[in-house]
Amino acid sequence: MIKRGYYEEFGGAYIPEILVSTFDELEVEFRKAKKDPGFWQEYSDVMSNYSCRPTPLTFAENLTRYFDGSKIYVKREDLNHTGAHKANNVMGQGLLVKRMGKKRVIAETGAGQHGVATATMAAKFGFECTIYMGEVDVRRQRPNVFWMERLGAEVIPVTEGSRILKDAINEAFRDWVTNMDNTHYVLGTACGPHPFPEMVSYFQSIIGKEARKQVLEIEGKLPSRVYACVGGGSNALGIFSGFIDDDVELVGVEAGGKGLDTGMHASRLSSDDASIGVAQGYKTYFLQDDDGQMKETHSVAAGLDYVGVSPILANLNESGRVRFESATDSEVVEALSLSIKKEGLIPALESAHAFVQAFKEAPKLSIDDIIIINQSGRGDKDIFTVADAFEDPKWKEFIIEKAEEYHA
Amino acid sequence: MLESYIRNRLKEKEILLMTHIVLGYPSFEDSFRIIEAMVNAGVDLMELQIPFSEPMADGAVILHANQKSLSKGSTVKKCLEFSGEVIKNFDIPFLFMSYYNILYKYGVEGFAEEMSNIGIKGAIVPDLPPEEGEDYINAMQKYNLSPIYIFSPTTPYERMKYLASYGKGLIYCVARKGVTGAETQFSNQLDDYLSQCRKATDLPLALGFGVKNKGDIDFLKGKADIAVIGSETIRLIDSDGVGVVGDFIKSLGIS
Repeated sequence: MIKRGYYEEFGGAYIPEILVSTFDELEVEFRKAKKDPGFWQEYSDVMSNYSCRPTPLTFAENLTRYFDGSKIYVKREDLNHTGAHKANNVMGQGLLVKRMGKKRVIAETGAGQHGVATATMAAKFGFECTIYMGEVDVRRQRPNVFWMERLGAEVIPVTEGSRILKDAINEAFRDWVTNMDNTHYVLGTACGPHPFPEMVSYFQSIIGKEARKQVLEIEGKLPSRVYACVGGGSNALGIFSGFIDDDVELVGVEAGGKGLDTGMHASRLSSDDASIGVAQGYKTYFLQDDDGQMKETHSVAAGLDYVGVSPILANLNESGRVRFESATDSEVVEALSLSIKKEGLIPALESAHAFVQAFKEAPKLSIDDIIIINQSGRGDKDIFTVADAFEDPKWKEFIIEKAEEYHA
Repeated sequence: MLESYIRNRLKEKEILLMTHIVLGYPSFEDSFRIIEAMVNAGVDLMELQIPFSEPMADGAVILHANQKSLSKGSTVKKCLEFSGEVIKNFDIPFLFMSYYNILYKYGVEGFAEEMSNIGIKGAIVPDLPPEEGEDYINAMQKYNLSPIYIFSPTTPYERMKYLASYGKGLIYCVARKGVTGAETQFSNQLDDYLSQCRKATDLPLALGFGVKNKGDIDFLKGKADIAVIGSETIRLIDSDGVGVVGDFIKSLGIS
């Protein structure tokens, strides 16, 4: 077995023996691709003609004026095809699948963005596709389920465990240990066994590469701070990677759910509730009890509702290179509302976590400071959740009427 | 030692039977009755699974048993105490099966010490390949316990030898790809795989995943040293209750 990726004490590859050969194959193929100068070119070509890259770095003029502190820029990952940074990782892994000659892809999904991106990639490249999604998430993200199925994917609701993202990951692994010969598991975030954290961050680094270049072109200097939401951690690692060697403060924002003191959250690094453990094939901070059993997590944003966190981020937390904060569900809804009204930007509920923290800090900075918020995805897919959060009466009325139409 | 126990038993029987239960499923009282019925029916060794919330390598049947046991309040401490009681009452070797996080959170060395104190002979930790298991291997060695490694049909021959170099007691050969509890074809292909396993190690070979009746076990005679029944007894308990376990084991014709 090939030496596994560790980031100080985090990471590794804690995998059942049956998958060892499959991981070895993936590792070899990834190394070859990474060394091949044509591969990154092929990848960025696909991303530019299929997914709107480079995505813009938008100056949020009205928010800047409103907070009267630093200049606020927003990196527009929401403008990727399928509406989130997930496309970056998925198209990259899709190119690897072609190289490996496999014909089927599987994926887990929480918010559904990664599932939609994977189903889209499968449609484009001609792969069979199965998506595992927790039953709870199927319910709260129906529009994404609809699109995955239209795109030809089979969506399997996972009824085990807490029926959210981690359980979908377990089921995807169970599929993979059976079908690894023709199947690649497109893991959606920078978690899981080596080489996934490294590979997913590698593809997502396109965000940071662009953002660094763009801010230098526009402003002629680097930002003071960069904000990103953190579920598994892939969009954060993507944008942070562009500034990791610079004197730029990097801020990851986790799901504070109903508040850190309620226990109903998904803050692994910004709360004291998580501890180091090994699950889902890697070592990191998990929200778990003293026996090592995983706890229930909570967030208004399905994509952040996860017990573990990228081992790369766990290490960057330990070293102090990245600062971690959390945003509560209600703060998130407020920040979302403000972004919509002031800038006409509709961040996903996940991404809105990064906006919360940026909004807290921007007023304390000066106009000479620049901050960048990574808008990892667009929020219009959250229409049901957002409408509930806003308690929008006209929306409710519409849904009731629509339901009656179906009954008629 | 585990290996010498197995060798001695094999002088009297063509093939041994290892069974598996999830501790605290359906309850600890039932677990005790199941073990009692199994030992009385002639089971040679047993795997006691400490439930974990994310049992990645297990199929639906064992996964549910893990979840049920946890939802009824099973803890690692309770599993250890219960196992100690079991070992005092029944004179066959018992092994722990669990996922690495359970050992890691307890403290790997402390866990091995506790295993030794209560008389557990070895452990199967399916998500801990030797590359990640230095602390575990050292602790098992220190307390004279058997770390049991797994061969699979996708394991190359060289890696089998590598795994066997860390293994003690027996090698657990997984019959096919996939998770526990699904259908296995007992065919000539399995013969080839088992003879490959045999060449790679001198340790006794246990074969599991999909073994569920006398026919399967008869097929394995002369090819494997131990047949492992896991999901099938849990399935049976789910449908017919704890009372049928003894007769089921007897029907396998191994005693």
